[in-house]
Amino acid sequence: MIAAPAKARRVRLLQAGIFWLFRIATYFILACATYIFLDIGIKGGRTVFTTTPPFINLPFLTEPPQTLYVFDHEGKKQTLSDRQFRAWKGEHPGVEVDATSIAYSAGGIWPCIVGTALLVVGSMILALGIGISSAIYLSEYSRNGPLIRLVRVAILNLAGVPSIVFGLFGFGLFVIFFGWNVSLIAGWFTLGLMVLPAIITASEESLRAVPQGLREGSLALGASKWQTIRKNVLPYAMPGILTSSILGIARVAGETAPIMFTAAYAMKDEMPWQVAKFTDFFFQGVMALPYHIYVVSSKIPQNEYTEGVQYGAAFVFLFLVMLIALTSIILRERSRSRLSW
Amino acid sequence: MVSVAEMPESTSQTLVNQPAPRPEPQTERGMIEIEHLNFKYGAHQVLHDVSLSIPARAVTAFIGPSGCGKTTLLRCLNRMNDLIDAAQISGGSIRIEGLDINAPGVDVVDLRRRVGMVFQKSNPFPKSIYDNVAYGLRIAGVTRRSLIDEAVEKSLRSAALWEEVRDRLHVSGYGLSGGQQQRLCIARALAVEPEIILMDEPCSALDPIATAKVEELIRQLKQNYTIVIVTHNMQQAGRCSDYTGFFYLGRLIEFDATAKIFSNPGQRQTEEYITGRFG
Repeated sequence: MIAAPAKARRVRLLQAGIFWLFRIATYFILACATYIFLDIGIKGGRTVFTTTPPFINLPFLTEPPQTLYVFDHEGKKQTLSDRQFRAWKGEHPGVEVDATSIAYSAGGIWPCIVGTALLVVGSMILALGIGISSAIYLSEYSRNGPLIRLVRVAILNLAGVPSIVFGLFGFGLFVIFFGWNVSLIAGWFTLGLMVLPAIITASEESLRAVPQGLREGSLALGASKWQTIRKNVLPYAMPGILTSSILGIARVAGETAPIMFTAAYAMKDEMPWQVAKFTDFFFQGVMALPYHIYVVSSKIPQNEYTEGVQYGAAFVFLFLVMLIALTSIILRERSRSRLSW
Repeated sequence: MVSVAEMPESTSQTLVNQPAPRPEPQTERGMIEIEHLNFKYGAHQVLHDVSLSIPARAVTAFIGPSGCGKTTLLRCLNRMNDLIDAAQISGGSIRIEGLDINAPGVDVVDLRRRVGMVFQKSNPFPKSIYDNVAYGLRIAGVTRRSLIDEAVEKSLRSAALWEEVRDRLHVSGYGLSGGQQQRLCIARALAVEPEIILMDEPCSALDPIATAKVEELIRQLKQNYTIVIVTHNMQQAGRCSDYTGFFYLGRLIEFDATAKIFSNPGQRQTEEYITGRFG
């Protein structure tokens, strides 16, 4: 039956209206993303890049944060970092200035970059070790029973736990109960636990994607189950596991809540490798990029001098996370072309 | 009598490195005896009281319509069904060279090395041709390059694939045609020097020319190996097997020399299936 012209028109209009709604929703995302990236790119770019060679603000990337001193001297406004200010005072003995000090707004963010890298590497090693092992057990060894179903429910629930709860859990267990204090190792375990569900799920999927025929073919040649997994399943699943795990890294690197009680210091003068003895390395707190952004954006009085480090840190942070994600995409594409069945 | 149960787990390794003298079995090498075998997937019984004796150094074909249990029986012979949850033998026994392969303590890894398998869907590993064939040897602990080189060439020659791939041993096995891939899988199975080779519809995905090559290969291999082949292609059973078992609904209806089955079957059902009246 052919609809009456009026009805057909109404249907067409409704359809066009709905399509537009969807279209606007899509463009809205684009607009938001563009705004965020442009805002951070432009404002952060002012801190990170310079107009003179080498065009990159190297001190910002390679120096620890310092206090900024702002004062007027002989009618000229001076903005000096802590170190510069002391040198200046040495050059001007006896001159009393009324300087305003602004925390963390001079110098750079090098210890934060290092701290974040250490946190990411340690927690990923931990999470990959536990995650891949349990994924192998779940997908290759375990038989589906009540216990395994319970484990799966637990993994799903773990994935849904808010990051601040992980932070409090890590604080209670690792920092206080284990007595590790605010330390790298407490941060590793907290972040590792947080990213674990993602890694288990991704690893299981990658393992499942390996055709059953490869397992049977290997077993039929007299390989044991473990030999089969090690030689003829895991190598093919590994690119997928790593790809998804790198996305997990991006998430770990970006979290503030889990580390703010467990691993992050607002300010620390020594670099992580400046420790008295080897074991101290694991039991020291570190500075971290997301926590630093949080501190400079909300823990110090805001004024026109604080914006530089806020946006600069955000810019570097965004860049690092994008770099990690890009690595994951490249890895995936390369492994896809190499392994296909 | 050979007792796999008494062998230590690392036997396969020493066997391949230096072929240890295996005690002469009382039964003929490669012979399979199945007695009153019942098999279940959960509550569903797939094989009912199957008894047959598969002679050594001959090709035995299992034929029958889909779902008749012929593949299940084949996979019982190297205990491939162990991989499937809820699948179990619920009665009867399988003896290979006199040894009950389902007895507790039997090393299934050693069993599978002695009973090779070629699958319906060719499953080369995503490795080079060379590494595919070398896989079983390396698993068994062979590390001497010269030994592996030798075995790879020998196996590929036995599988009638050597001439076609000798110049590209180190390219991926996936670059081969379907028929070549299946022969690669046969070569891979031959490399570990099994006594028995199970083939599960090895030609079902191949074109007629590739099928002819594999069939020719099967006829050659029976001089050295006991071959059991599952096929839904009766012409194939007729062309390359010496003995044929006809299965229907999980029961072995008839087992006899292929010539007899195809010219003068003893059972009405066999005759109807062979002449294409059902199945």
